[in-house]
Amino acid sequence: MSSIPSEPIISVRGLEARYGEQVILRDISLDIYPNEVTVILGGSGCGKTTLLKNILRLQEPVCGEVTMLGQDILGCTEAEYDAILKQVGMLFQNGALLNSISVFDNIAIPLEQHTKLSRDIIERIIRVKLHLVHMSHAIHLLPSELSGGMKKRAALARAMALDPVILFCDEPSAGLDPLTSAALDDLILDLKKQLNMSIVVVTHELASIHRIADRIIFLEQGNLIFQGTLSQAKQAGIPSIETFFRAGKYD
Amino acid sequence: MEQIRCSEGTLFLSGAFTKKQVPLLHFEAKRLLRHHQVSRIDPSGIASMDSAGVALLEEIILWSSHVKPVMLLPAVPEVQAVMDTFRSVGIPKVKLSLRAGWFEQTGHNFLQRMKVLYESLLLASEICYWSLVGILNRKAQKRGSTLQQCIQLGYNALPIVALLSFIIGFILSLQSAGQLRNFSANIFIADLLSITMVREMGPLITAIIVAGRSGSAIASEIATMQVTEELDALRVMALNPIRYVVVPKFHAITMMMPILVAFSILVGELGGAVIALGYLDLSLHTFVTRTIEIISLKDLIVTFTKSTIFAWLIVIIGAHFGFQVKGGAEGVGKATTASVVASIFAVIIADAIFSLLYL
Repeated sequence: MSSIPSEPIISVRGLEARYGEQVILRDISLDIYPNEVTVILGGSGCGKTTLLKNILRLQEPVCGEVTMLGQDILGCTEAEYDAILKQVGMLFQNGALLNSISVFDNIAIPLEQHTKLSRDIIERIIRVKLHLVHMSHAIHLLPSELSGGMKKRAALARAMALDPVILFCDEPSAGLDPLTSAALDDLILDLKKQLNMSIVVVTHELASIHRIADRIIFLEQGNLIFQGTLSQAKQAGIPSIETFFRAGKYD
Repeated sequence: MEQIRCSEGTLFLSGAFTKKQVPLLHFEAKRLLRHHQVSRIDPSGIASMDSAGVALLEEIILWSSHVKPVMLLPAVPEVQAVMDTFRSVGIPKVKLSLRAGWFEQTGHNFLQRMKVLYESLLLASEICYWSLVGILNRKAQKRGSTLQQCIQLGYNALPIVALLSFIIGFILSLQSAGQLRNFSANIFIADLLSITMVREMGPLITAIIVAGRSGSAIASEIATMQVTEELDALRVMALNPIRYVVVPKFHAITMMMPILVAFSILVGELGGAVIALGYLDLSLHTFVTRTIEIISLKDLIVTFTKSTIFAWLIVIIGAHFGFQVKGGAEGVGKATTASVVASIFAVIIADAIFSLLYL
């Protein structure tokens, strides 16, 4: 889509991650551009989630550099890191909502902690965010009273609470029914178009990839084997990518 | 520059309307609108906006339209897009506080308690049933789990039971020794000590230690399994969680509790003997014969019966709170605490009932 890429909003250079002795990611270098939906894909266990966690410094990489919003994430101070995190939202694979408080309070956490907004304004924001993910009815429920898909949507509302510049979504549509999943994709496109968010999505749902992806990053067993647009990926002639896209077509 | 301006009935908004500015602008807008009547709002000067800004704008519209509706002029396209996305118009308002009245709450709590009682009785009957079945049929249990539980719930508790019983026996005798000496009734230390240790202190001390040690372990183990869906997984594998998890503990504690109590009584007597022999100048022979003489068979039967009942109460209450857990890590902590408090309470109440029945 955007043929003239501007300055990357996230750039990763030579990232390597290990889990004990096992190397999870090998020499990853990639760029993520503003106002685009970047989809990280690859088979299960190829290190997609690990890559996200390393980019966000939730896990410390063995070596490499990550620059996000012009800040060196791995080398910056705790305060600078916090400042970056306030501009970032993340949707975890299982939602990771705090279990002992309601959905409303979960979404209120970032708003109460990082802004001085009054209660009325916060309430309005939360209602809007929950409405955007079609979860208005669950405002008072506890996370343990939600289904997996509902947890995920509530968690997405929490990730959007501070109107982040970059939104990371770890498998947003996994475990959702096709209708909800399509609605979520539309929401992601809306966020990109109307609010100029940059969105990084980890997924392996082909339908979803076709709907939302501007740019894809393909991982295979810890190696980055392709980055570029979707059409480039299909023409690149890389066997594993072709298999990946063929696997989803049943006709 | 002023971001909110009012002239000729029009409210001009300009600059950035984002989280950072909104708290101040909120205050500003409130102040302005108190003095001015506004019929139009012009947001065309707004350069950037986020959801907090939109929420504020809606609040402003709400305040200024209490007399007659205000007109909202269009904003620049980028800001308009943000406004359209985060519009709360048409989203139904929800009641934020769901607090019930005092009577409603009391009634609700009462019903809730009755339900908990009913459920725990149900669980107790189920545990008892499967424990009886489990004596003969060990198929649905992990092999060796009863022995393992015996070690964990019984053998590992020996040191702490010994230490506390010794100290209790010692203190009891020490406190009474002075009085007995005044009346030259030294010999009665043996009666006093054995009656207290056998009838009360032995079973009670042991039950409280077991409730704190093993009751909490049972509750937290089951609660964690519940939270991590392990119990569901057992269920799916066609295993009854009660049979698989609770029954071995039930068997183990039923076997170990009388042994622990007997041990506690013996060590308590030992602690008392130190005072009796050392301070009250009784001979070992007198102390031992007197102790044995004073204990009746009925005392022993009641003691071991009630300690078994205590053990069952502890397992059932621990399991009950474990199965009832809600929420994540915090729920496990709460369940554990609640189970310890409830089982100590239940043990003391049961002890009181036994004392009244078999005085």
